[in-house]
Amino acid sequence: MVYLNQTAYSKKRTYHFLPKILFGYPSCVTTALVYFSSTQKKMNETWKRFKRDKVALFGGTVIVIVVTAALLAPWVTPYDPHEQFFDGLTLEGAPLPPNKRFPLGTDLLGRDLYTRLVYGARTSLIIGIAANAAAVLVGTLLGIIAGYLGGWVGNAIMRFTDLMMAFPALLLAIALASILTPSLWIVAMVIALVNWVQTARVIYTQTLSIAEQEFIQAARALGATPIRILWVHILPHLIPHIMVWATLGISVTVLFEATLSFLGIGVQPPTPSWGGIIFESQSYFLTAPWLVIFPGISILLFALGFNLVGDGLRDAMDPTQRGRN
Amino acid sequence: MNPLLQVRNLTKHFPSRYGSRNLTAVKAVSLTVNAGETVGIVGESGCGKSTLGKSIIRLFEPDEGTVLFQDKDVLSLEKRALREMRREIQMIFQDPYGSLDSRMTIGAIVEEPLVIHGIGDRATRYKKMLRLLEITGLEQDAANRYPHEFSGGQRQRICIARALALRPKMIIADEPVSALDVSIQSQILNLLVDLKEKFDLSYIFISHDLAVVEHVSDHVAVMYLGGIVETAPTKDLFTRPCHPYTEALIKAIPQPDPLRTRERIVLQGEIPDPENPPSGCAFHPRCPKVMDICKTATPEEKNIGVNETGHLIRCHLY
Repeated sequence: MVYLNQTAYSKKRTYHFLPKILFGYPSCVTTALVYFSSTQKKMNETWKRFKRDKVALFGGTVIVIVVTAALLAPWVTPYDPHEQFFDGLTLEGAPLPPNKRFPLGTDLLGRDLYTRLVYGARTSLIIGIAANAAAVLVGTLLGIIAGYLGGWVGNAIMRFTDLMMAFPALLLAIALASILTPSLWIVAMVIALVNWVQTARVIYTQTLSIAEQEFIQAARALGATPIRILWVHILPHLIPHIMVWATLGISVTVLFEATLSFLGIGVQPPTPSWGGIIFESQSYFLTAPWLVIFPGISILLFALGFNLVGDGLRDAMDPTQRGRN
Repeated sequence: MNPLLQVRNLTKHFPSRYGSRNLTAVKAVSLTVNAGETVGIVGESGCGKSTLGKSIIRLFEPDEGTVLFQDKDVLSLEKRALREMRREIQMIFQDPYGSLDSRMTIGAIVEEPLVIHGIGDRATRYKKMLRLLEITGLEQDAANRYPHEFSGGQRQRICIARALALRPKMIIADEPVSALDVSIQSQILNLLVDLKEKFDLSYIFISHDLAVVEHVSDHVAVMYLGGIVETAPTKDLFTRPCHPYTEALIKAIPQPDPLRTRERIVLQGEIPDPENPPSGCAFHPRCPKVMDICKTATPEEKNIGVNETGHLIRCHLY
């Protein structure tokens, strides 16, 4: 007979008490934190598997570098992001290519591109993470409600989602942004408002198909309440899908912010943003390619990092993947 | 003594996808299960056996009829009372792959009923869970593993352990062995029979396999197109099948002895479309002994049994 460590076992079981906690805390964020932290043993296992995934670790490293750089921007950059240098332009007024003084060259106004990219990471992080997290949260919530409750509530939600999908997102964003004065947080909100739709659709169909499965019926036969079924049996199966959208969405939102900036309703200059830098300088693409290439690479690496980590986490959290790799 | 479970005229419709006609999956079914008894329900796929089982414990809401469990009307129970009732009647599902949550450990799955009904503290639940694993013939280290690491037979053991956790009086087993290899089937059947003795259980045993039903049941009900056509004690039914459908089913059981010849009745045609059932007796288009009256009149239930245990049949031949 195998000896079992009982305390380790009980630790893992904690999350069955969460429906009760759910009522105690009104805040979704608190609940989510409790939900994830209480499954500590599971987390340790997930981390163990995640560590073995080299590709995901690479993605994680990229994210850590970007976040650190954004947080420590004043210390890791040589100049002020808004400072226009007299020697930052050629005599004809063209931007400088990468050189000793300006490691990644200068932009159209003679500002240091490297410094602006690092400060721009702040914008992209806020937009990419906050806007996207809000969009995924709203989408997940509406998708689960529509999928699990069904009936006229579900129908109403899904018809509204269809409406949002059919309506050009950019047009809506332009309308919203011109009513409200554009600022970083307003832009984030606008992006969240148009981006929850895809998540809602995917989570809706997934919830439908999970709710059809026999283990849900089995749980009902045991006497489980709808809230328990949603929390203990449906949500854990949705997490991989939520994860995919949360990470894929980051690249989508960063690019969306770039589009908005291009149209003049995104983050307002002189605040640097990656998309903004590309679009400011797109007509100089042939004469000053570094102005497009470096922010482009930044967006690519940033989005890639999140996608890789998302994939890695999804696999690491799947118990059927245990013992693989 | 009153029977443990009494089902009377239970009817379940499903809305049809097209048009206004309903699909009647279960049609005025009556069934009695005494304490300590196993009632087998047999019939072809699609005849409504599973729907009947699930309607009894209200996984589907039945449209008409009554279900009395220990003299309590199950169909009128409020949500809370229904949850209490579910402690007493448990279910084992056909698909041991689909009926276990793949993201929970076996320990969590087997303990879940205890958690739902708030039984015991963590330590006692843990002990109970280990005991349940032992009773159903699983290793104790299964507790920390996940369903995908187990074979079909072991998973069905897990399902049985979960169903036993609340010490129910009755278990509805919906095709519990039909997804398993033949060699594993008998292990699971024997386990079910042993547990019945040990825990004073009653079963409703749903299967399409007559041989399996004969092995475990005290009573057998034969279902055809949503209705029960014949009910009798097992021995009686297998030695003296009266309904032509039952007769055909029993003759179709493969005989292991090649020297024993036997007459086979091969049923013509398919099971009819339940959205558009035949007039009169539902079986008449396929019946080898069809008469004119079968096409127009629905046969009433008659008791042709020699003793009070009864042998109920719906057929114009009797």
